[in-house]
Amino acid sequence: MFDIVFWILAVVTVIAALAVVLLRDVFRVALCLVFLFLSVAGVYITLHADFLAVVQILVYVGAISVVIIVGIMLTREMWHGSSSGKLRIPALVVGLLLLGTLVFTAVTTQWYTSDMPPLEPTTAAIGIRLFGEGGFLLPVEVAAVLILVAMLGAIVLIREK
Amino acid sequence: MSIGLEHYLILSAVLFCIGLYGVLSKRNAVVILMCVEIMLNAVNIALVAFSRYVVPTLLTGQIFAIFVMVVAAAEAAVGIAIIIAIYRSRGTVDAEKFDLMKW
Repeated sequence: MFDIVFWILAVVTVIAALAVVLLRDVFRVALCLVFLFLSVAGVYITLHADFLAVVQILVYVGAISVVIIVGIMLTREMWHGSSSGKLRIPALVVGLLLLGTLVFTAVTTQWYTSDMPPLEPTTAAIGIRLFGEGGFLLPVEVAAVLILVAMLGAIVLIREK
Repeated sequence: MSIGLEHYLILSAVLFCIGLYGVLSKRNAVVILMCVEIMLNAVNIALVAFSRYVVPTLLTGQIFAIFVMVVAAAEAAVGIAIIIAIYRSRGTVDAEKFDLMKW
């Protein structure tokens, strides 16, 4: 059962990613990207990362895809389509070489996996890890400052002179 | 054969390389930004898979994935703003025509 779910999600994810790269209509590309984000959320659920799956849907499907679609609409380039540039063949070669290297490494390495059952639900445990003793409190504060700076930077960049 | 760490790593590698191909080959700057998002998602899958199979109770990989999402959100906002600013001044989002800084 679990295996079937993983295979379906993996196939859907890869097909959506290929559609993002290969389709020519920019708006359809954006819709395939939303589909990809949703199926990645499904992959997180198969990994017992329930909190992360919800965050994925909130942040990626809810916010980032809207920002990208607004960007497509504000730049009227969608009538020209999403075509490939001069570097298509070298990019394909680099991508395939990297894919071969990564797959070879992942298959041949002896990973030290643990047999312990995963935590479930993970929300409280992630909160304790983030804010608890010896946790990630400083990175959380820095992340908040980063978001603020990015927001201000986007407003400054996009403002009419 | 049951699903293990390798399956998730290979899925992550495939997604990363599709995104890399898109980043290097596409001309529309918005599509390049979307392909960067695919690559970040691929990295997140690898992080969560390592977290699930190597340290199932520590959740370190999931916390790193949350920070990757934070940076991805900031990157998308600033990236779209830069693309719209360039579109205003040059009238195009074709990455091969952004050559003012080319030596």
